[in-house]
Order: sequence, then structure tokens, then C-alpha cells
Amino acid sequence: MLDLLHDLLFDYTLRTVALGATILGLVSGVLGCYAVLRRQSLFGDALAHAALPGVAIAFLVAGGKTPIVLLLGAAISGWLGALAVLGITRGSRLKEDAALGTVLTVFFGFGIVLLTYIQRGGNASQSGLSGFLFGQAAVLVQHDVVVMAALGAVALCLVALFHKEFKLLTFDPDFGSSLGFGMGRLSVLLTGLITVAVVIGLQTVGVVLMAAMLVAPAAAARQWTDRLGTMLALSGLFGAFCGVTGAALSSLDARVPTGPLVVLVATLLVLVSLTLAPRRGMLWAALRRWRNNRRLAHERVLLALSGASNRDGALATVLPEELRTRMGDLQRQGFVHGGVGEGWGLTDLGRREVAAADHRQEVWRAGLARQLDVSEDEVHLQAPQIAQALGPEVLRGLQDVPESAKVETEGRAR
Amino acid sequence: MSYTFAIVLTGVLVAMSCALVGSFLVLRRLSLVGDAISHTVLLGIVIGALITGGISGLPTLLGATVVGLLTVALVEVLSRSGLVKEDAAIGLVFPALFALGVVLVSRYAGNVHLDVEHVLYGEIAYVPFDTLVIGGYDLGPRALWVLGGIALVDLLFVVLFYKELKLATFDTGLAAALGFSPVLVHYCLMGVVSLTTVGAFDAVGAILVVAFLIVPPSTAYLLTDRLPVMLGLAVFAGALSAAGGYLVARWLDASIAGAMATVAGVLFALAFLFSPTHGLVVRSLRRAAQRRTFAVDLLLAHLCRAERETPEEVRAEFRWSPRHAERIISEATRRGLLREQNGRLTLTDAGRSASNALSAQ
Repeated sequence: MLDLLHDLLFDYTLRTVALGATILGLVSGVLGCYAVLRRQSLFGDALAHAALPGVAIAFLVAGGKTPIVLLLGAAISGWLGALAVLGITRGSRLKEDAALGTVLTVFFGFGIVLLTYIQRGGNASQSGLSGFLFGQAAVLVQHDVVVMAALGAVALCLVALFHKEFKLLTFDPDFGSSLGFGMGRLSVLLTGLITVAVVIGLQTVGVVLMAAMLVAPAAAARQWTDRLGTMLALSGLFGAFCGVTGAALSSLDARVPTGPLVVLVATLLVLVSLTLAPRRGMLWAALRRWRNNRRLAHERVLLALSGASNRDGALATVLPEELRTRMGDLQRQGFVHGGVGEGWGLTDLGRREVAAADHRQEVWRAGLARQLDVSEDEVHLQAPQIAQALGPEVLRGLQDVPESAKVETEGRAR
Repeated sequence: MSYTFAIVLTGVLVAMSCALVGSFLVLRRLSLVGDAISHTVLLGIVIGALITGGISGLPTLLGATVVGLLTVALVEVLSRSGLVKEDAAIGLVFPALFALGVVLVSRYAGNVHLDVEHVLYGEIAYVPFDTLVIGGYDLGPRALWVLGGIALVDLLFVVLFYKELKLATFDTGLAAALGFSPVLVHYCLMGVVSLTTVGAFDAVGAILVVAFLIVPPSTAYLLTDRLPVMLGLAVFAGALSAAGGYLVARWLDASIAGAMATVAGVLFALAFLFSPTHGLVVRSLRRAAQRRTFAVDLLLAHLCRAERETPEEVRAEFRWSPRHAERIISEATRRGLLREQNGRLTLTDAGRSASNALSAQ
């Protein structure tokens, strides 16, 4: 471990790769937030694929592998791809996903044609395509990293400068327009910045995995906060962390490329965030549900008990099986007394708890009745009566529509 | 079987299979899930290869299909949790699985004869040389047998379940009400897509299968409103892309699969621009005609109240440019709706009744 840290700082290759991956993580983490929030996660994927023809043409034009020229080519080509997607979506009845898929694959295929044409080999694998596809972090040199850092810095500065405007664009574009900001131009700027992030990342993680670098840090950050500023910072941090860790891990085994490891670390981070994040995390949600169910079960038992015993302190000797399992808990909490042979009864504490539970139910029913504009008698806990009280319209609106069915209802041709 | 014929036939079979199932992907807005599946089959192939020691064979085929279904299931679980939106879910799942596949290949591919790039781009040029030999008989290119089988499966699937697919795609509620299970249809479709992707990777590579899954159906979508016609056109467009792509690749000495994708894109562009029903050209012309009609209606309504105006007064009223006013007036005159007398415009009888009809609306 210590060796690793030492190498990170002093080994030229590892340091360069790690730096490159960190910059990538930082920039794509920040810009990915906007992509994710605007539901344009896969735009990045399309941009990455669409950049290939640009790389090929830049190679033809520049005649060499000067990184800045190739990056420029990639950026322009990706940019044209983005325009094509928008053009297809607006100019025909094709939906956005099909437009993305079309542009993605056609541009990419055309790029392969160009590359193989350049190499005159006819064989796609010969032409350094694999570097483009999987990233070739291992061959990053200091010059590349400097270029990446410069571009990244510019992008992040623009993000900071336009923070308020981008916030409007993401959450309330109409309001933004009404305030006089040019939402169309801002959108163009944002897409351009995302293109820069994609182009920076191409060298490190490659085309296919670029989508993850835009989505994963942002998705992870989203679980921890509801505020845009915090999300941006957290996402950048997460991205940088994944970059460094992925690079460090890949140095441990010479055979494994950096790009995929960075993505796997990022995915792990997302899973951890999904599970553990406070409030949204699945673990806490499950815990909350369990606690609620338990409390409700206790309440039911107490109420049943108060109904079963006829006077204060009287013991109920016969109880349904399911209630007996709760007795231990209730006894520990001091609400009931008794035992298996002798029967059960409420303590004073228990009776006070029952009264409180009764009161809670009254309040709930009154509130619900008022919300639904019905009489209190109609509001019961039993499902059939609830259905009657709510009425057909509300029920339809409340019905849980499974995601797959939603997909299918949306898949209608106009 | 000639070299060229084998290759083109392989391409056509791939295109046909993909067009059939891809049409439903496009209609159900699942194009990018198809893209995701085509990437994640790499993981399935790698796992299958690690277990069986080779990349061709039934276990690998099945394993990759299972991974494809797993992809769909994972995306659904993620997006249904409510914590991640659907497009972000896709962008999380497929790169992760793909990265896992690449890592596995890198670490263990020393034991397995597996060419990652071959999986991704395929190499259709080698198809005629890899023949199937059973019991001493050379049955021809293996890929043709595999793809032929898959094309048959796809065709049977679409034909046998046509009604269910159609209903589940266009009217989920009715399908459920009638007792069909839209979810089952969904997963069966995804299973067939996975199978097709895996079968085709040998020839055109997993990545370019997506081109055949999405582009010809999109082309067909812009040309017709009827499902059977769309399926037929998609197959035709796909076959044309395959054949045309091969010719282009031969001419340029470039990647065959890439050329096929490019030709598919060119066909799409042509449909996008020139489709007689949905093309851009037609839409622009229609919009221009509507604008003209609207302007003529304005003119008629105006002249109804203010008879005998000069063209200049009309122009001032609507602030039209001289050329525009000229065009509208001559259009209206040509339609017999107004007349020019002594330098002033008046409505004809036809024009007056048209104007009244307008105000009655």
C-alpha cells in the first residue's frame, strides 16, 4: 500500500496516468451532473461514438498524432453528432432514443470506414482503434495530461461562471427564458462543455465506457444531497477519486487496462451510495419500513388487547397466534403484563399508549376525510371500504404502474 | 459458394434478423436498451468462453443471451427503485458489465483463445473460410448456418407472436385486459434481441449489430404508418445496406461492417429528407403551403370589410414585403377569389362566400 502511494507520486507513468484519470473524473463528474439531471445521460455516449470520424479526419489532416488536433477533430465531430440528434428529433417523428442510436452507430461506422481506409488494411483492429475504444491510459504522456488539464480548467471555469444560468436551464428553462436569458444558447454552451468532457475522457476510458464516467459520479452524488452546488462538488470529488483509484489498481496488474477499472470503481461507488446514503439509501429505506411495520403491529396488538379485556387490568386469556409473538416486545416496553399460562393484560402505561394510539387514528381519519372531502365514517383502514371512499379517479391515479408497462405504453407509434 | 456471395449473404441475414426485432425496439422506445445489450454480450461471451474454453458453441450463445436479459432486468430494477432515472440506469449498467468483461478478458484471456476486437467489430471477411464440418462433410460457412438459424427464429417469433407484439407495443392496457402479459412479451423480445446480437457478433461485431437493429427500422418508420409495411421496408433497407456496404468496402478497401453501417445511415438520411409522408422536404413544403393559405384567408377577411383597396394599402395593413404581397395577391387571384379593377382589389363572389365561411367558423 505504501509502495503504491510512493509510486503514485514518484513513478512517472503511474503519476501521469493517475493525473489524467483524475482530471477526467473531475471534469466528467461535474458536467455529468447536468447531463443526468437533464435526462441526457446517453447523449454523452452518442457524443463519444460520434467523435470517431473527427479523430480519423484530424489524423488525415494533421498527418500525425498531435493530441490537440485529434481532440479538436473529436470535438467537432461529436458536436456535429449532437446537432444531428437534435435535428432528427425536431425534424421528424423519430423519437430521441432512436435518433441517438442512429447517430451513434452511423457516425461510428463511418469513422471505422475512414480509419481503415486510412490504414488501407481493411481490418479495423489494425488501425489503433482499440485505443480509441477502450482508452489507452497507459500511453498517456505528460503533454497529453497538460492538454487535458488546460481544457478541463477552462470547462470548469465556465461551469462556475454560468452556475446560475445552468441551474435555471436544468430546472426551469421557461422561467429562465422569461427572465431574458437565452436558453437556447445556454443549451448549446452546455452541450459544448459536455463534448469537451467526453473528448478529454476518450483517451483514458475510451468510447464505450465514457457514458459511465458522465453518469456514475453524478448518480452517486445525487443520493447524498438535494442541492445542485453540493451535488456538483461531490460528483467532481467522486469522479476524481475513481480516477485515482482505478489508475492505482491497474498498476497492480500490468495486463488490466485502466479505463475499465475506473468504471468498475465508479459503479461500486454508485452501488454503495444507493444503499447507504441517508434518506434515499435503500438500506435506510428498508430500515424505516421495518420500523414502521413493527410499530404498526404493536399498535394493533395493543388495540386488540384493550378490546379483549373487559375492564381495567382484566386479563385476556385467548389471543390469536400472531399476536402472541409480539407480546415479548410489548412486555419489555412495559405496556403489558402477564405470561403464557395466565393470559395478558394492559398495564397503566399500556392503557395510556392505547389512548394515544386511538387519538392518532382519530386525527388521521379526520385529516384523510377532510382531504378526500368525505365523511369520517367512510374512512376506514380496511381496503375495500377505502377503495369506495377514495373513488375511481383517485384510485386510478394512485395505481402503481410498473416500469415495464410504462415503457410499453410509451412505445406507441403516433 | 463464391466468396462474395457468402459474405453478402451473411450480411443480408444479419440485417434481416436485426431489422425484424429492431423494428419493435424502435417502436417501443427501447433502441438504447438494444445498444446496451449489444455491449454487455461481451461479458456473456467471456464468461462462456472461460467456462467452455471457446467462443463458439451453444453454451456461449446461451450465456450471452442470459447476460443480455440480465442487463434489461438490472436497468429495470435500478429505474424502478426511483433513485435513478431510466436513461441514467442504462448508462450505468452497460458500461459496468462491459468493463467487467474487458477486465476478465485481460486477466484470463491467456487461457482462452478470445480476440476482444473480433467480438466487437467482427470480421465478416473471414466468414467464408470458417466452415462447418460434420462427419467429414463440409457444409459451408459456419456463420451462415448460425445466422440462418437465428434469422429463422426471429422470423418465427415475429410471425407467431405478431398479434401479441402488435398489441403489447401499441396498446398495453388492452393487451393486459385481454389476458396477454405485456411483461412476458417484453422479456421474450429482449431475449430474442440478445440471441440475435450474439449470433451476429461473429460477422459484424457486437457494436455494429446496433446499427442494423436501429437504423433500417428507423428508416422504415419514416416511410410508412403500417406495421407490416414497416417490417418489410426495414428488412429491405437492411438488406440493401448490407449489399451496398459490401460494395463500398470493396471499392474503398475499408471495413466492411463500417461501410454497411454508413450505407444504412445514407438510406436513413434519404428517407429523412425525401420521404413522401414524413420527409423534411415534404414537411417544409406543407408548412409553406399552410402559411400561404393562412395569408390568403387573412386577405379575404380583410377585403370583406374594406372593399376596393389598393395593393399598397393591403401591404401597409399587414406589413408584408412587396414580394410577399405580390405572391399572396396573385395566389388569391389565381384561385378566383379576388379581382383587380382600376388598380383596386375586390372580392369575387367566390371570394366573398369563402370569406363568410371563414368568419362563420
